Amino acid sequence: MNIVVCVKQVPDTWAEKKLSPDDKTVDRESVDGVMNELDEYAVEEALRIKEAQGGEVTVLSMGPDKSVETIRKALSMGADKAVHLVDPALHGSDALATSYALAQALGTIEHDLVLLGVEATDARMSVVAAMLAERLGAAQLTFARKVEVGDGTVRVERLTDSGYDVVEGSTPAVVSVVEKINEPRYPSFKGIMAAKKKPLTTLTVADAGIEADKVGLGGSATEVADVTARPPKQAGQIVKDEGDGGAKLAEFLAQQKFV
Amino acid sequence: MAEVLVLVEHVDGAPKKVTFELLTLARSLGEPAAVFVGNGADNAKDKLAEYGATKIYVAGDGELDGYLVAPKAEVLAQVVQQSSPAAVLIPSTPEGKEVAGRLAVKLDSGVITDAVGVEDGFVAKQSIFGGAFTVSSKVSKGTPIITVRPNSTAPETAPAQPTEEQVSVSLSDAAKKAKVLDRVTEKKGGRPELTEASIVVSGGRGLGEGSNFSLIEKLADTLGAAVGASRAATDAGWYPHTNQVGQTGKTVSPQLYMAIGISGAIQHRAGMQTSKTIVAINKDPEAPIFELVDFGVVGDLFNVVPQLTEEIEKRKS
Repeated sequence: MNIVVCVKQVPDTWAEKKLSPDDKTVDRESVDGVMNELDEYAVEEALRIKEAQGGEVTVLSMGPDKSVETIRKALSMGADKAVHLVDPALHGSDALATSYALAQALGTIEHDLVLLGVEATDARMSVVAAMLAERLGAAQLTFARKVEVGDGTVRVERLTDSGYDVVEGSTPAVVSVVEKINEPRYPSFKGIMAAKKKPLTTLTVADAGIEADKVGLGGSATEVADVTARPPKQAGQIVKDEGDGGAKLAEFLAQQKFV
Repeated sequence: MAEVLVLVEHVDGAPKKVTFELLTLARSLGEPAAVFVGNGADNAKDKLAEYGATKIYVAGDGELDGYLVAPKAEVLAQVVQQSSPAAVLIPSTPEGKEVAGRLAVKLDSGVITDAVGVEDGFVAKQSIFGGAFTVSSKVSKGTPIITVRPNSTAPETAPAQPTEEQVSVSLSDAAKKAKVLDRVTEKKGGRPELTEASIVVSGGRGLGEGSNFSLIEKLADTLGAAVGASRAATDAGWYPHTNQVGQTGKTVSPQLYMAIGISGAIQHRAGMQTSKTIVAINKDPEAPIFELVDFGVVGDLFNVVPQLTEEIEKRKS
């Protein structure tokens, strides 16, 4: 079973994120980058499937030069090799353009399974997995809280609002995983050392056969017209509980017609 | 006026509230036309008419329910090609967003998710980075596909006499790749769904242990509210992960959000900051959650919450 895990470098989850004033894209320079937290679960799941079934795990990341940090982390966790799709032409790609670029890059890597985290913590759209399945004509097995890989088939438990769906498809399949599907391992010292020697291929837009006018800010199908920082919220009323805090809060809720 | 398509989100034909919100929104932008996929359309029609649908497209073939997401995108693509609508509005739920994504690829159109409003010219308003910025975006290529968060618009009735059109779809092989074998409903209490609820009561680290969530549940039940939890609480195993509100959990935007024993780190704020009214109870007066609140109580939640619950019960009786 050959698996490609897509990982994205995002601004640190706990940092205050900003947009670049000039082109209104996520400012990736002023804050530390980390591997998108939800992708760690995807890497872990890929490694577990490989350990059980054999095969190879390839990391695929699209992003600026800095994304190499995230790729190295996935390699140090145990992935076998990596492909970095990096090109200035890709900057500012929206979901439609990103899914196109990733699908093209996936075309250069042999795979039975594509694994992703369910969303990136910066854009938070959670659409790329579904878009990749559509583009690749592969089975969409997303929001998985459990993944079982059989002989040429993949069965997942898809998390829903009311419980879960059991969904099955044949390979090749695109699987996105939710938080808590597993406990991602920490890279070991040995893993970190080994990662430095693992093959990392760099792909440009041209290498992947991507038409440059279909990606980047210019090739995207959406545009940001305007960004406004939230006006400072008017200070609310804060009371100290003097034995009547609950009653005062109830009074407020009644005034606001919630009770 | 051009049609604005609304994908109906329903359970066995009973439309969810978000469908009525989207029909109300669609009315301000064009002719609202509902697209119903799956079984049970007859149960939905009266309600869709009540909320102003002037047309209902029905793709009622039972086969459509047997596969994940892709059939809905195929039905929508077919209706879009046939009726050239001004835009497609879809509930911003996990599944709705995936339908939107696949549809965008099929139509080579732009997709915007998580809108909290849509204005003239299909300018979508989004609240990003935990509410720190409001972004206005537009689709610049193809038919605008916009997913709109539940609770973004107040649903208003506007009775209409919709015409009905059957849509027959022969699913492509690609749409049949992910087969749904079973749909399992897990313990579902009487509480509303987190993302749809008008009131959400959430508990966090301040509760100290899982069993104390009973305080939160009791308060929630007196208000008919959903129960949420901070990441600290779900990581500690005090409450199911499916109830987590925040950056890696669910995003809610209720009329009233109550944060109890939650400090309000960015991780949590990202999931609740667009709530209309926010109240908090926390013993730390410096807790960042107090920067967001309309009303806050600095105090011990173990005293404040039971008193609050009792007061609400008193006022209700």
